[in-house]
Amino acid sequence: MSDNDNLVQIEKKDKANRVLSDILRYLLLIFWAIIVLFPFYWMIITSFKSYSSYNSEFVPRLVVTSPTLQNYVSAFTEVPLGRYLLNTLIFTAITTILMLVIIILSAFAFSRLDFPGKNLVFGLFLSLMMIPNELVIITNYVTITNLHMRNSFPGLILPSVMAVFYIYLLKENFEQIPDELYKAAKVDGTSDLRYLWRVMIPISKPTIITIIILKVIECWNSYVWPRLITDNSAYFLVSNGIQEIRENGFGRDNIPAMMAAVVAISLPLIILFLIFRRKIMDGVARGGTKG
Amino acid sequence: MNDKKQTLLALICLLPAILFLGVFMVYPMIDVFTYSLEEGYNFASQSYFGIGKYNYSYVLHDPYFIRALKNTFFIVLITVPLSTIIALIISLALSSVPKLKELFQTIYFLPYVTNTLAVGLVFMILFRKTAYTDGMINVLINAFGGESIDFIDGPYAAKMFVMCLYTIWVVLPFKILILTSALASVDPIYYKAAQIDATPRWRVFTRITLPMISPMVFYLVITGFIGAFKAYSDEVALFGTDLNAAGMNTIVGYIYDMLYGNSGGYPSYASAAAIILFAIVLTITVINLLVSRKTVFYR
Repeated sequence: MSDNDNLVQIEKKDKANRVLSDILRYLLLIFWAIIVLFPFYWMIITSFKSYSSYNSEFVPRLVVTSPTLQNYVSAFTEVPLGRYLLNTLIFTAITTILMLVIIILSAFAFSRLDFPGKNLVFGLFLSLMMIPNELVIITNYVTITNLHMRNSFPGLILPSVMAVFYIYLLKENFEQIPDELYKAAKVDGTSDLRYLWRVMIPISKPTIITIIILKVIECWNSYVWPRLITDNSAYFLVSNGIQEIRENGFGRDNIPAMMAAVVAISLPLIILFLIFRRKIMDGVARGGTKG
Repeated sequence: MNDKKQTLLALICLLPAILFLGVFMVYPMIDVFTYSLEEGYNFASQSYFGIGKYNYSYVLHDPYFIRALKNTFFIVLITVPLSTIIALIISLALSSVPKLKELFQTIYFLPYVTNTLAVGLVFMILFRKTAYTDGMINVLINAFGGESIDFIDGPYAAKMFVMCLYTIWVVLPFKILILTSALASVDPIYYKAAQIDATPRWRVFTRITLPMISPMVFYLVITGFIGAFKAYSDEVALFGTDLNAAGMNTIVGYIYDMLYGNSGGYPSYASAAAIILFAIVLTITVINLLVSRKTVFYR
C-alpha cells in the first residue's frame, strides 16, 4: 500500500469519527431540548383538551383532536385567576418602580457625590448581600403582622423592594460616565439632580432595563413571602394562586382547566423573554442567581 | 458647590435605601438571634420565660427537622454534582455547534423565566399515578417493559427521584448560561497550540478547557450548594404545601412551617432552625473556598 492510500484511509477514518461525534452531540442536545420543552408542550395541548376527553385517555395522547377554549373560560370564571394576575401585576409594577427610585438615588450618591465615610457606607451595603433571605424573613413576618399589614399590598411590597446588588451594578455603570460631561454640565449651571435625570439615567438605560427585567422576573415568580403574608385569596399572587387552584380550585381534579391557568400564568414572562432574550440572558449572566 | 451641601444631598439620596435596609435587613438580622434565644416565646402576648439554648435543642431533637435535614442533604448531594456535570457536558456540546447555538441556548434558558409553582404542577401531573391514568411517565416506563410507580405518593426513592429531576431541570438554565459564556471566553490560541502538537481531545479538555473555566465551575458549585440548601418552592410545587405529611420537607420548609400555617406560631423555633441552616451553609461555603484554593486555576 502506498503512502497516499494510507493518508486517504486516515482521512476517511477521521471524517467518520467527526461525523459520529457530531451525531452524538446533536442527539444529546436534542434530547435535552425535548426534556426542557416537553412540559411546556404538554401543558399547552392539555389546556385545549376538554375535561371528558382528557379523562377518557388512560394513555395520554400527545395531540388534540377537538380543541376547545372552555378551559380558559373556566380558568377565568370559576377561579379568580384574573384577580391573581392583576394582583401580581400591581405588586410587580409598584415594587419595581420603588426599587428603581431607591437604587438610582443610592447609586448616584455613591458614584457622583462626595461625602465623608462614603467607602465605609458602601462596604456596609455590600456586606448586606451576604444575609440570606431565610434569616430575615422571620422578623419581617413578625414586623408586618404587628403593623397589621397582612393581606395588604404594602405588606407584600415593602420587604420585597430592596436589592443591594442592583445598587452595585448601577453604581459601576454610573462611574463609567466620563467626568467631562459632569464638568460641562456644571459650567452650564446644571444642578446635580438635573444632571442625574438628563445625563446619567439616559446613558445607563441599557443597564437600567436589565435591572428592571430581572426584578420583574423575580417579582412575578415570588412565592415564599406572599405565602407567609397573605391568607386571603383576594391578595394572592400567581404563585399562591396556582397552589390554591391546585388544592381547592376546580374540584373533580379538572386538570385541563388547571393547565389553562398554568399557561395563562407562564405566558407573560415567556413573551417578555422572547422579546428581550439577549438582554435577559446577559443580565442573568452578570447578576442573576437561581439554584 | 460646597462640601456640606453635597453631603446633605448624598444623605437625602441614601436615606430611602438606608431606611429599607435597616428595617427589613439589619434589624431582622440582629433580631433573629434574639428570637432564637428566647425560650417559650408566645406570639400572641409577645412574652417569653427566659433566655437559653432550649430552642436549638428542641429543633435538633424534632423528628420533622431531622427528616428535613436528611431530605435537604440528599437533594444537595445529588443535584449539585449532577447538575454541574450535565451543564458542563451540554455547554461543551453547545460550543461546538455554532450554527444552532442560539436556538438551543434559547430553549435551554426557558425554565429560568417560568414560574416554579406552575411548571411544578405540570411535572406533578406527568409523574402522578391516579385511578384514571398512570400518567405520562408511567406510560413510557410501561412501554419499556417496566412497572408503574407512583412518583408523587409512592416510595421515598421515587419521590426523591422526581424531586431531584425537577430541581436539576430548574437550575440548569443558569448553569448552562454561565458555562457557555465561560467556554466562549477561553482564548482560542491555546486550542491552536494544542492542535499543532496533535494533543488528544481528552487531554485538551483536562489540561486547557477545565483549568481555564475552573473559576466559573467553582462559582457554580458554591452558588449551587447555597441554592440547594435553600430548596423549598420546588418541593411545594411537586408535593403540595403539607410537606411534612408527604415526608418531603426541607430545612427552609421546616422554618416556614414553624412560622406559619397549621403548625405555625413559633418564631423562636423558626429562628433557631434558620440559624442552624445559616451555620451549615456558611461551613460548607468555607470548606468549598478552602478546596478551591488547591484546585482552581486563577490567572
